[in-house]
Amino acid sequence: MIKIAIASGKGGTGKTMVATSMAFSLAKEHNIQFLDCDVEAPNAHLFLKPEISEVKPAVINVPKIDYNQCILCSRCVDICEFNALAMLGEKIFVFEQLCHGCGSCTIHCPVNAISETPRKIGELNIGNFINDHRYLYGELTISEPMPTPIIRQLKALIREEVEIAILDSPPGASCSVVATLHDADYVILVTEPTPFGLHDLKQMLGVIAQTGSPAGVIINRDGIGDSNLEDYLATTQFPILLKIPYQENIAVGLATGRLLIDILPEIKDAFTDMFLAIKSTLETEVGV
Amino acid sequence: MILMISSLGTTLESPPNPRFGRTETYIKYNLEDNTWVALENPAVSQAGGAGVAASQFLANQGAAIAISGRFGPNAYHALNAAGIKMMTFDGNYKTVEQVVEAYKENLLEEA
Repeated sequence: MIKIAIASGKGGTGKTMVATSMAFSLAKEHNIQFLDCDVEAPNAHLFLKPEISEVKPAVINVPKIDYNQCILCSRCVDICEFNALAMLGEKIFVFEQLCHGCGSCTIHCPVNAISETPRKIGELNIGNFINDHRYLYGELTISEPMPTPIIRQLKALIREEVEIAILDSPPGASCSVVATLHDADYVILVTEPTPFGLHDLKQMLGVIAQTGSPAGVIINRDGIGDSNLEDYLATTQFPILLKIPYQENIAVGLATGRLLIDILPEIKDAFTDMFLAIKSTLETEVGV
Repeated sequence: MILMISSLGTTLESPPNPRFGRTETYIKYNLEDNTWVALENPAVSQAGGAGVAASQFLANQGAAIAISGRFGPNAYHALNAAGIKMMTFDGNYKTVEQVVEAYKENLLEEA
């Protein structure tokens, strides 16, 4: 199985546009699983129109104190990195929204007064798009602060036997992006030739340097902005995988929920070629 | 009775800090004998949950009253659970001392 994540740093560069058209292009000849990891605002399903057949709760395990056992030693309060516990007025209080579910308090309680109970923070939606290709997306409940547990639980549903996993990443370069692409086999970075695109691309290259995945760049809205992006990329080892032209009809089409490959059919082959190029890069790198 | 006021500095002449959980300093003021001391807030540099950690600090210090510009939801629940009363000041107070006097004269609002 090849796991390909699509990320950008900057929002609105065309991650979902690329991910959905790539999925659709590859779905004819390959078996695909598509994961929308942008759990705070998932929307790839608006393009791929999957049929959702199963909804599971996404949970985080939070401590529950047995007050009959608790000896008020406050070790759980001291150990908690996230200040999710406090000893106030002779009682331990749990602040569930601050809890990352790490389990340290449970492990450190000397009298086993802490057990863990699942708290629902969102949903995992499981279904199919086109013919039996798996479609998965997570959705964080509004007002919940922590997206990463949902992303991890969504990724746990990836099936090893399915040939390709396409992971549509959230924007930014923070925890939820790292959770999405830390174990990706390849990362496609979608950017645009503007100072903003370049600035945020550099942030993402910093993330990639840490996660260690090979990566390539798609330049979207090619034709606008300036040449600084390409000048910069020429100084790195990251290849330009594809350029998508800036055309008003693309924006108009996307705004009505159409796929890029429907609006610009001649680009269809570019996606399959790109996949072959990525695959051969991976085969060279791991020496298969 | 102990008041703890979020402060931008370490004296009674310092301006009060409207932020509760992430203030660098609290002025701990004892109403019995009008003595005070400036204390560093251990929660100021916490990545998350500063309101809870700051509330824990006030509880450990034996505070009866917390005085700040505003209390976040976690701090509010934590201070409530600790039985610490919350009072707020607005932008009209120039020094911590003025806030203390206002408290004594019952001019502050309960959060």
